[in-house]
Amino acid sequence: MSAPTPPPAGPPAVPPAPGTGSPERRADVIHDIGFRHYAGERFGRGWIVRSLLVDTVRGVFGIGRPARTKVMPWVLVGILLLPPAIIALSVLLTGGNELPMSYTEFLGQFQLPLTLFVAGAAPYAVSRDLRHGVMPLYLSRPMVRTDYVLARLGGLVIALFAVMALPQTLLMVGALLAELPVGDQLVGWAGGLLASALLALLLGVVGLAIAAFTPRRGLGVAAIVTILLVVTGVSFALSGIALDQGADELAVLGGAIDPYRLVDGLAVWILGVDSTIPEFAVTQAWQGGLFALTYIAAIAAFGGLLMLRYRKAARL
Amino acid sequence: MNPVVMELTVRGLLGRRRSLLLVVLPLLLLGLAALTRWASEGSINASSGLIGNFGMGTLLPLMCLLIGTGVIGPEIDDGSIVYLLAKPVPRRSILLAKLAVALATTVIFAVLPIVASTAIAGDEDLRLSSAYGLAALLAGFAYTTIFVALSVLTRNAVIVGLLYALLWESVLGGYVPGVRNVSVRQWALAPAEEMLGFRASGWGVSSAVTMPVGLSLLAVVVIGATWWGIAKLKTLRLAAAD
Repeated sequence: MSAPTPPPAGPPAVPPAPGTGSPERRADVIHDIGFRHYAGERFGRGWIVRSLLVDTVRGVFGIGRPARTKVMPWVLVGILLLPPAIIALSVLLTGGNELPMSYTEFLGQFQLPLTLFVAGAAPYAVSRDLRHGVMPLYLSRPMVRTDYVLARLGGLVIALFAVMALPQTLLMVGALLAELPVGDQLVGWAGGLLASALLALLLGVVGLAIAAFTPRRGLGVAAIVTILLVVTGVSFALSGIALDQGADELAVLGGAIDPYRLVDGLAVWILGVDSTIPEFAVTQAWQGGLFALTYIAAIAAFGGLLMLRYRKAARL
Repeated sequence: MNPVVMELTVRGLLGRRRSLLLVVLPLLLLGLAALTRWASEGSINASSGLIGNFGMGTLLPLMCLLIGTGVIGPEIDDGSIVYLLAKPVPRRSILLAKLAVALATTVIFAVLPIVASTAIAGDEDLRLSSAYGLAALLAGFAYTTIFVALSVLTRNAVIVGLLYALLWESVLGGYVPGVRNVSVRQWALAPAEEMLGFRASGWGVSSAVTMPVGLSLLAVVVIGATWWGIAKLKTLRLAAAD
């Protein structure tokens, strides 16, 4: 727990003289052996939640942890940053008039490193606390169960969003340096950030819900990766089958079970951008509406599952 | 090989939540195979497409990853491996016992479902099924051995293994043709291509390497990974859990 130093709390109130028996006996002390009490300001629930959130974000990137835990997140960040840097450079040098990859397409193209990042980050956030049985210790502070889950989830989502937004921003800076139309690029970039936020929230909730079911980090990583990859594979297989049957509109709906295609479909519907997979692009309003409903239902279902899990977690 | 270690490994591998994934994934493949048969009326190309892309490309590496990192990884992770290592059992036989369990599980939960779903999705005299079965068997052995060795080697075995199995083989292999020569899947597909003979190209079974090259590289990888895993287990250092 390495939260930044709290602001100075002012001079602590002078405690009653030790040893001589305090004038008013405190109700929360079982046995007063005469030590001086802490009488300074306590930061309370909000501060604990904030510290836990900051700790999660830092820990996901290995900040404040041993060097070998830093390797994996930063390798993945490198894998995500390298292609945008190359694209930006190539546009800069060859003087093209548009980016070869749109901002929302970036998320679909780089889903494998993103999946791996989620898989590494989500179990880190929850499985250690479950394995070492420290949930009761967290809950003995003025913090409730929901706070813990929301702080961990918030930290994970912020970290995921940062990982998605950084390469897109690099792409945007490259595009602006190459003097591509400023307005178009800024609008595209903002759309990319919106899609990133949606995707980060969905992946965070799903990843954390899966990770919270096992105190074993290795199994958590494997389960998240397996489920996300298999869901992608199944959604493409279903779409392919529907396309073979000539049911083009149903083929689009196959994307609703895959988080990446779901968010891509939402981006296409809301922002009107080009789809990552043109043959399964959302074209009609009812498809978009169904995607939006699926998104909300998925967040609610996995969020509910997570909360349900933590109703029992203290007894592990 | 040590029967007690094998029994413990089987219990650890199949008695936990991991086994849920091990059962669900093959069922999913069988379901998709049935759906493909219904949709394409047993066309061999559709069957080969499903098994070649989803079965061999996604499902097999994932199953091998779950199994390979499940036999020894959790014990190293929570430190209980020391109780096993402290017993007067050669470390070689500990690793070999765990590897044997992992390989047997791979055959049952990954290779057989691939054969069955090829037969369900569409086949001609079981030719495609046996070809994919052979490829899945070879690739499964290689993947599982690599992942068992990796989980002795590093705590990030799952992610490193995935980076190899998916990013290297699928994504980079798609862009850089040279990468395909260094890929377990391509090596394993070589004998399958040879087995199908003239039908291979029509059914979409193709490999980037020839059969002798593929088989010898597979042998080198399996033996090398086993040896490396044993060597690493002999000098295992337990780091604090993170």
